[in-house]
Amino acid sequence: MRIFIQQLIFGIQLGSLYALIALGYTMVYGVLSLINFAHGDVYMVGAYIGFYACTYWLPFQRISADPHAAVMNIVLAVVVLLLSMLMCGALGVVIERFAYRPLRNGLGITDAHFWGFALSLPVAFHFHLFHKVSDGAGRFLFGIMWFLLIGVIVGYALRPVIRWISLRTVLSPSRLNALITAIGVSLLLENGGWLVFGPNPEFIGTMVPEKNFKILGGVIINSSQLAILVISLILMLILRHIVLHTRTGKAMRAISHDIEAAKMMGINTDKVISVTFAIGGALAGAGGMMVGVLTHVQITPLFGLLPGIKAFVAAVIGGPGNIPGAVLGGIIMGVAEAFVGGSSFSTYRDAIAFTILIIILLVRPAGLLGRNVAEKV
Amino acid sequence: MRILLLRVIAILVTFIGLYMLSQFVTYQMDPYYFQVLIECGVYIILAVSLNLINGITGQFSIGHAGFFAVGAYVGAAWTMIWQPMVVGRYSFLQMGTLHGDILNLLIALVLGMISAGMAGFVVGLPSLRLRGDYLAIATLGFAEVIYVLLLNINSVGGARGLNGIPTLISSGNLALFWIFLFVIISIVLSRNIMQSVRGLTWLSVREDEIAADAMGVDTTKVKVTAFVIGSALAGAAGVLYAHFLTGISPDIFSMNTSILITTMVVLGGSGSVTGSVIAATVLIVLPEMLRFLKNDRMVIYSVLLIVMMLTRPQGIFGTKEIGFPKWRRKQPKTEGRSA
Amino acid sequence: MEAQTAEDGGAIRIMSVLEIRDVTKKFGGLAAVSGLNLIIEPGELLGLIGPNGAGKTTVFNLITGVYKPSSGDVIFQGRRLNGLRSCRIASLGICRTFQNIRLFKQLNVLDNVRIATHLHTKANLLDSILRNTRLLNNDRELTEFSLMILRSLKLEDVSDQRSSDLPYGLQRRLEIARAIATKPKLLLLDEPAAGMNPQEKVELMELVRCVRRDFHLTILLIEHDMRVVMGICERIYVLDYGELIAEGKPEVIRKDPQVLSAYLGE
Ligand SMILES: Nc1ncnc2c1ncn2[C@@H]1O[C@H](COP(=O)(O)OP(=O)(O)OP(=O)(O)O)[C@@H](O)[C@H]1O
Ligand SMILES: [Mg+2]
Repeated sequence: MRIFIQQLIFGIQLGSLYALIALGYTMVYGVLSLINFAHGDVYMVGAYIGFYACTYWLPFQRISADPHAAVMNIVLAVVVLLLSMLMCGALGVVIERFAYRPLRNGLGITDAHFWGFALSLPVAFHFHLFHKVSDGAGRFLFGIMWFLLIGVIVGYALRPVIRWISLRTVLSPSRLNALITAIGVSLLLENGGWLVFGPNPEFIGTMVPEKNFKILGGVIINSSQLAILVISLILMLILRHIVLHTRTGKAMRAISHDIEAAKMMGINTDKVISVTFAIGGALAGAGGMMVGVLTHVQITPLFGLLPGIKAFVAAVIGGPGNIPGAVLGGIIMGVAEAFVGGSSFSTYRDAIAFTILIIILLVRPAGLLGRNVAEKV
Repeated sequence: MRILLLRVIAILVTFIGLYMLSQFVTYQMDPYYFQVLIECGVYIILAVSLNLINGITGQFSIGHAGFFAVGAYVGAAWTMIWQPMVVGRYSFLQMGTLHGDILNLLIALVLGMISAGMAGFVVGLPSLRLRGDYLAIATLGFAEVIYVLLLNINSVGGARGLNGIPTLISSGNLALFWIFLFVIISIVLSRNIMQSVRGLTWLSVREDEIAADAMGVDTTKVKVTAFVIGSALAGAAGVLYAHFLTGISPDIFSMNTSILITTMVVLGGSGSVTGSVIAATVLIVLPEMLRFLKNDRMVIYSVLLIVMMLTRPQGIFGTKEIGFPKWRRKQPKTEGRSA
Repeated sequence: MEAQTAEDGGAIRIMSVLEIRDVTKKFGGLAAVSGLNLIIEPGELLGLIGPNGAGKTTVFNLITGVYKPSSGDVIFQGRRLNGLRSCRIASLGICRTFQNIRLFKQLNVLDNVRIATHLHTKANLLDSILRNTRLLNNDRELTEFSLMILRSLKLEDVSDQRSSDLPYGLQRRLEIARAIATKPKLLLLDEPAAGMNPQEKVELMELVRCVRRDFHLTILLIEHDMRVVMGICERIYVLDYGELIAEGKPEVIRKDPQVLSAYLGE
C-alpha cells in the first residue's frame, strides 16, 4: 500500500509534466487542427534554458548549510522558471510565424525578412560570430549585431524570390502537409539544438535544496515533487482563467469552434493564434525547466522527442482541443507509466502510452472528454 | 493472346535485364555506391507502398517502419531460427547452394510479407473508426509499440538486434536483382491498381469518403485492402534489407524511419508513384551528398523540407505521373506492359 | 421495373419502390424528421419540397443510410434498409446526388463516372493487379458505358477536365451522371438546380425528364423553387419542421393553405 501510494505520487508528478506539455498541443490543435510536432522540442529548449541559466547566466551558489544562500537559490530558480517560460513562449510565436502561418495564408513579403533571420542563424554560427555572455558583453553584443545585419540583408535579397514563389504557389491545405511541416520544424530544432547546445548530455546539479517530507503511513514526498505539483497546478489555474475569463480566451474558443466564422466576426485570428502558441510554448518551457532543474534528468537535444509525443498522446486520450482533457490524459499517462515502470515490465514503459492510446481511440474515437462531431452531409 | 505474348516477353526482358545489370553492377561498382543504390531501392519500395495507403487511398499512416520491421524480423527469424530447426528433416532447405539460398529467401519473403500483411490488417482496422490525425497518431503508436517489443524480446537480440543473418540475396550476386525486382513489382502494382476501375474506387476514398460510400464503394474493404497490400510490400522490403545488411537492430526501424518514409511520400506528391520514387531517391542520396557539410547538413535538410512544404505543398509531382500511358479517347484499348 | 408481390395481406399488387414508414430522426432534442410516411411508386418522378431546414436532406440521408432512423422503417422493394451501410444500399439500387456538391475533385470527369460503374465490374482485385484480358475487356465496357452516360448528359466535351475545374452548373450535372452510372433503380436528387438561373433550371429539368425516360428511373427530387417542381413532378410531398404537411398532385399543393403559410411564413 505504501509503495502503491509512493508510485501514485510519482505518477501524478510525471503526469502533471505531461499535462503541461499536452496543454500546448491541445490548444494548438484546438485552434488550428494541427499536430505541432515541434512542441516537444520547445520543451527541450526550455530545459536547456534552465541549464544555461543555472550554470552560466545566474549567480547560483553551491548548496551549503547557509540558509541565506538556499533562499537566494530558490528565488533565482523562480527567475529561471519565468525566463524559461518567456523564451519558450517567444520561440512558440516564432515557430508559428516562421512555418505555420505561411502554410496557412501563403508566403508573403514579410516572410522574406523572417526567413532572412532564420537563414542568418546558421551563417552566423558557421562563421563563429556568436559569443557567449561570459566572453564579455561587448563581443556578445557584437555577435548579435552581426546576426541582425546578415538577417536584414538576406531578408531583402529574399524579397523578389518570395514574390516570385508566392505567385506560383497553390495553397492546398492538406493535413499531411501540415504534419510534414511540423516535423520539419521539429527536425530543425533538434538538429539546430545539436549544433548550438552540442551533442553531449548535460546535467544540472542540485540547485535548489531538497527535503523529504514524511506523510501518512511512511510515504515520502520530495520537496521537488511537491514544487512540480504546485507550480503545474498554479499554471493550469492561470490558463483556466485566461481561457474562460479573458477576451483572448474567448477568441480562442471562438476560433477553435469555427475559424472562418471567427474571422468574419472581426477576430484577429492570426494574433490570437500567436498568443496560443505563446501560451503553449510558455507551458512547455516551464515543464522543460522543471524537468531539468528539479528532477535531474540528463538533457540532450533529442530528449524532447519522446515526452513530446507522449504528451500529444495524452492530449489525444483526453480529446484533442479539450483543455481539461489534456490534464486528465497527462495524469492517466503519468500514473500508468509510473506503475509499469515500477513493475517487472519496466522495460515496456514506453510502449504503455501507445497501448493506452490505441485502446482509448478504439473505444472512444474522439478521446475521453472530446465530443464526436459527425460531418454534416 | 497478343497481350499474353507481349507480357511474357516483357517479363523475360525484365528478368534478364535485371540479372545482367546485377552482375555488372556488383563487379564494377564501388561498394559504397552499391550500398547507397540498394538503400535507394529499399526505400523506393517503402515509399511506393506507403503511397498506396496514404497517397492513393488517402489514409494517414505514419508508422510504416513498423511493417518494415515486422518483415525484416520475421524474414531474419526464418533464416536464423526456424530454418535450422527444420532443415534436419527437410534437407532440400539446406543453404549454401544458389538454389537453396533462393528457396530460403523466397520462404522468408512469403513469411515476412504474410506477417507484415497481417499487421497491416490489424492496423487497418482502426482506420475504419479513426480519421486523419487520429489515425496518424495511432499508426505511429503501433510502430512505436513494435519498436519497444523488439527492444525487449531477447530471442531476437533485444537492443543489439540479430546479427550474422546469411546474405541470401547477395548469393550469386543477385542483391540488386532482388531489390529492383520488388521495386518494379511495387511500381507496376500501384500503376495497375490506379488504372483499373476497381483501383479508381481507392482514389475515390481519398477524394471524398461520403460520396464514395454513396456510389457503393465499400470503403471499409478498400481501406483495409490498401493497408494489407501496402504493409505486405513494406514487409518484403524488410526481408530483403535484413538479408542484405546481415545485421538488424530495432534502431533501423525507429520513429525516424517512419517519418522519413512519410516525408518521401509527401515530398514526391501524395498519390504520385513517380513522385514517391524520385523523392525516395532524393532523400536517400541527398544526405549522402551533403556529407561534406558535416554537422550542418541535417539543419539544411530540415530547412529544405520546410521550404519545400511552403513553396510546393502539392509535392514535387502533385498527382502527376511520368510514363503511365493515360487512357486514350479514340483507342480505349490500353496495352499492358506489366511484369 | 419488375413487378413484385407484397406479402402483407396476401393481396397481389405492384409493389412500391420505396416506402418510408413512420420514420423519425432526432438530433439531440431536435426532431429533424418526425413520423414521416412516404411511398414511391415505380417510374414516378416525385418532388420533395419544404422551406430551409425542413428536413429534406435528412430524409435522403435516412434513405441512403448516412443516418440511422431513430424509429421507423425504410423499405426498398420489400426489403428493410435499416442498419445497412451506405455502400450496401447503393449496391441495392439507390443512388443520390449531394446538395453541397461532392465530386471526386482531383479526378477528371470521366473517372468520376467510371468510379460509379465499379458496381458492375466483374474483375476482382487480382485481375486488376495482373491487368489480364478479363480486366481489360471489362474496363473497356465500363468506360464505354461511362462515355455513353456523359453523352446523354451532354458532358462528353469536358470528359478529360478535372472535375473541380468545371463550372458550377456542369458540376451539378456531373453529379447526376455519376449517380446514374451506378445503374440505380431509384435516383435521389438533392436540389440539382440550386444556384442556377431560371433558364438553366428549365434546361436541367428537361434533362432530368430525358434521363428518367432513357434509363428507366424512378426519381425523388428535392427542390426549393416551387415553380420548377410544379412543372415536372407528378406528385409532391411537402415537409415543414420535419413533418409532412401536404401530399398530392401539383395543382392541389399549389392551393393548399398550409403549404402557402409554410412558404410565405404566415
Ligand atoms: N448531423 C446533424 N446534426 C445535427 N442537426 C442536424 C444534422 N443534420 C441536419 N440537422 C438539422 O436538421 C434540420 C433539417 O436539416 P436538413 O438539412 O434536412 O434541412 P433541408 O430541408 O435539407 O434544408 P435546406 O433547404 O436548407 O437544404 C436542420 O435544423 C438541421 O440543422
Ligand atoms: Mg437540404
